[in-house]
Amino acid sequence: MTSTPTTQAPLLPARHDTRCPFNPPPAYTEAAATGPVSRAELPDGTSCWLVTGYQEVRTVLSDSRFSADVRRPGFPFLTTGQREILAVTPSFVRLDDPEHARLRRMVTGDFLIKRVEARRPAIQRIVDEALDRMTAAGAPADLVTHFALPVPSLVICLLLGVPYADREAFQERSRLLLSIEAGREETARARIELLDYLGELAVRKREHPGDDILSRLAARDDLTPRQIATTGVLLLVAGHETTANMIGLSTAMLLRHPEQAARLADPAALPGAVEELLRLLTIAHAGVPRVALEDVELGDTLVRAGEGVIAMLSTANRDEELFGGGDRLPTDELDLDRDARRHVAFGFGVHQCLGQPLARAELQIALATLFRRLPGLRLAVPESELEFRTEAVIYGPKSLPVAW
Amino acid sequence: MQVSVDPDRCCSSGQCVMTVPGFFEQDDEDGLVRIRPTAPEPAQYADVRLAAELCPGGAITVTEGAEPVGHAGHGPAR
Ligand code: SF4
Repeated sequence: MTSTPTTQAPLLPARHDTRCPFNPPPAYTEAAATGPVSRAELPDGTSCWLVTGYQEVRTVLSDSRFSADVRRPGFPFLTTGQREILAVTPSFVRLDDPEHARLRRMVTGDFLIKRVEARRPAIQRIVDEALDRMTAAGAPADLVTHFALPVPSLVICLLLGVPYADREAFQERSRLLLSIEAGREETARARIELLDYLGELAVRKREHPGDDILSRLAARDDLTPRQIATTGVLLLVAGHETTANMIGLSTAMLLRHPEQAARLADPAALPGAVEELLRLLTIAHAGVPRVALEDVELGDTLVRAGEGVIAMLSTANRDEELFGGGDRLPTDELDLDRDARRHVAFGFGVHQCLGQPLARAELQIALATLFRRLPGLRLAVPESELEFRTEAVIYGPKSLPVAW
Repeated sequence: MQVSVDPDRCCSSGQCVMTVPGFFEQDDEDGLVRIRPTAPEPAQYADVRLAAELCPGGAITVTEGAEPVGHAGHGPAR
């Protein structure tokens, strides 16, 4: 029952249409319009399945017949050089259970809802201080440099126990790590430098432990220093790239809809508003790779063992049946009162983002505080001049010049 | 409505606690799911169903039935 391609299979990762910076690349939405599963081609020339439907995406991400293990034959790679780099020391998101669960459970304690809720005052302080610094320097200011990036960066440094003074070195390297355009050697070097840095830090933490994740990992004797460093790199990169881009992109979107941005001031509406932003903006634009371990019927398509699959979160999150209807706006538009809780912006299945309670708290606090303290916030350049990270695995604005 | 949870399938995402804070809880140490020893309030039914649907590990089972049937404890076997 293998479906035959009717149009030219898109080349992954597909390009954005820079005239519609808030939309996923048109190749994905076009594929979604033809059906939930279609063919696509990877950068290395091999073909794979592009999964764009909501139910099918959830199946791919939660069915253990699809593997997240990068070492499996046929695993689809979206960026050049990833194969060699990831296969050497995969972090737990690139492994399957039980190994994935064993490593993940070592850090789940730090992301419990209760633990994250207790951190809200600390996050609020970080947000307020970043805004103090930005406003003291005067308008116009780049919101990415002064707010969107430092906030999550300070928060994850606090949790991990990484000295904030070292941030520039790791911010630059994590950028490289997530870049589609960076060459293989550059990416490999960035990853090794980050691993070395965190490995050395973990050794120091073993002797002088603090109340932080790295210290807790370093104190365990069932982890090699490399495993500690790999988990550290994952949390560091995931913790600041994703949230930073979400804050930047959300702000740009909210500035387009000032009448809706006012909803953030209502504490009862705030959590739902953030879910809608997560749904609509789905910054993991490149999709989530998996490989089929056996033949699986996915909708009307037979995916064969050893075939690569890319689950596209952004198109799943625009499912009209699920998120539209009634008096709601179409799903490619912002509607802060929409019930968006079924979105898969954090992925789905046992690999679903571990840091989601933290991400939610940061986004709620950062966005509500930003629009409360700066009610006159506006873009300092025409929106058409904004540049976006079309080359990165995680999508967002490169810079966001604002005035207030 | 009868609800059971399987901690072996739980990946501590906290999604259920966020969806129905009064009913689902996370263990303080490992974050594994637990449920309150009382059946959910009828007003919570819709959210409990949603929590089961959204649980990324498939750890929550909801059995609709004659009301009220109470509570199924921690594991699926009890
Ligand atoms: S939603 Fe599921 S996986 Fe997440 S904490 Fe609750 S039971 Fe565990």
